Amino acid sequence: MTVQQLSVFIENKPGQLSELTKTLSQNDIDMRSLSIAETSDFGIVRILVDDSYNAARILKDAGYVCNITPVLAAAIPDEPGGLCKPLTLLDDNGINLEYTYVFVTRKENLACMIFRVSDSHKKEAVDVLTRNGIRMICHEELVQL
Amino acid sequence: MEHYYQPEIELASREQIVAWQNERLVKQVKYVYDNVPYYRKKMEAVGVVPEDVRSIEDLHKLPFLTKDDLRDAYPYGLLAVPLEKAVRIQSTSGTTGRRVVAFYTQHDIDLWDDCCARAIMAAGGTAQDVVHVCYGYGLFTGGPGLNGGSHKVGSLTLPMSSGNTDRQIQFMVDLGSTILCCTPSYAAYLGESIHERGLRDKIKLKAGIFGAEAWTEEMRRDIEKSLGIKAYDIYGLTEISGPGVSFECSEQTGMHINEDHFIAEIIDPVTGEVLPEGSKGELVFTCITKEAFPLLRYRTRDICVLSRKKCSCGRTHVKMSKPMGRSDDMLIVKGVNVFPSQIETVLLNKGYAANYQIVVDRVNNSDQLEVMVEMTPEMFSDSLTQVTEKEKELVAALKAMLGIYARVKLVAPKSIVRSEGKAVRIIDKRNLYQQ
Repeated sequence: MTVQQLSVFIENKPGQLSELTKTLSQNDIDMRSLSIAETSDFGIVRILVDDSYNAARILKDAGYVCNITPVLAAAIPDEPGGLCKPLTLLDDNGINLEYTYVFVTRKENLACMIFRVSDSHKKEAVDVLTRNGIRMICHEELVQL
Repeated sequence: MEHYYQPEIELASREQIVAWQNERLVKQVKYVYDNVPYYRKKMEAVGVVPEDVRSIEDLHKLPFLTKDDLRDAYPYGLLAVPLEKAVRIQSTSGTTGRRVVAFYTQHDIDLWDDCCARAIMAAGGTAQDVVHVCYGYGLFTGGPGLNGGSHKVGSLTLPMSSGNTDRQIQFMVDLGSTILCCTPSYAAYLGESIHERGLRDKIKLKAGIFGAEAWTEEMRRDIEKSLGIKAYDIYGLTEISGPGVSFECSEQTGMHINEDHFIAEIIDPVTGEVLPEGSKGELVFTCITKEAFPLLRYRTRDICVLSRKKCSCGRTHVKMSKPMGRSDDMLIVKGVNVFPSQIETVLLNKGYAANYQIVVDRVNNSDQLEVMVEMTPEMFSDSLTQVTEKEKELVAALKAMLGIYARVKLVAPKSIVRSEGKAVRIIDKRNLYQQ
């Protein structure tokens, strides 16, 4: 019930991100989503692609430090309050997010909330959301979105 | 008018100085041979006995001591007196990996204080002065040395120690400090702080004695202008005693070495050969009056030039130039000795690759140390919190090892420039050493 997120280290200086995307593009890698968490020195680029393992191999060969992290993905409606509901549920159950990002899919009214919680809260997070009618998305489904 | 603390010594003829050196060296070599087994073994290893040293002409026969010897002999291996005669230790700051502990008898402290008193009077100090010492006190020699020297001169001494700039300035204004003793970078910072507070007209400083780190002529002019003083350089190292091994006079063209206590040589740092007068090379000191920690031929690793040119101040003791560099990879940052090997040890202990680069810069007259570390798969995480936590741990470990804050900058793998396959470990942007 997880998606395989690719996380890549880049320095926070001009040209680094375009260099990274160039490597992906030259290898015909199509991205579903990309987000960055950054400090003034560096950034962690979080990418969702079809074949995370292949992309990781290509990036490592190109000299990047990267890893694959299983993160959770929830299907949420693309409407006001769509994101608020799962966040409230997690909060009410004392589950803290390490990070999250959201993107709208090509399917009508469907957005996808990617998030990471501590390993000890993972199962509980899935239970709380599914019990309240929020569907989890696996990697196979993600690549179709 | 030039002031002297011990004119009979400071203005002595060349012949008199050499006579003192000859007599004291011969005595000292025998004393060390008899009382320091560590050094006796070194002499035996090169087949030298005390009788071989009959004057300073024979000094070159003696083996060198280095910082490594001091570390090997740590803590008591080079102590030449029984513990009941030793009254004090001082230690180099923040160098856990390379701790150096030096010992003093009361007599040693007296002579050290004399050296500092000479420096204070060369800077125009008299018993009427208020000497404001904001070098650190404690293990660091800066505070205790100038403090003792100021007592000898009879000046009113303000043992401020470092830090708390507001309090420094308040005392300076309220008590009318006339001579400031601190690192040049702190003097520059104090100058700025005094201007910011609009107190320039309220301070009575006339001179400053600044040491423990390298500084340029440009910085001297800035400080002199900012504080309205004359700025004097002072040199020393814990191993030899502390500040006051040499000091500047009104001519401000080099530092007079107290040759009645320390014999200076310039050697080729590679071959160890003594170089002719006027050559640039590594400075080596032999202590001829110390009791507790009498180092012979101690290699300072500082590169400089000695000059016996007649000085307008009247002093006859040889002058050394400002250090022009180091013959090892030691950096002096904020007055603290930093070795790349210490940083390497921390990185390896913390699971980082030993691929790093040290960048030292001086921003607003304050030293800044940055350690660039290449990211590794082991270190990396998708979580920014985890990566920054590890970064903080590294900063804390470096602080514990070095004694000063070093900024850590995580960089991409293989991004640290390598020249001819070897990484460039140190980038010092300060340009402190004028060639």
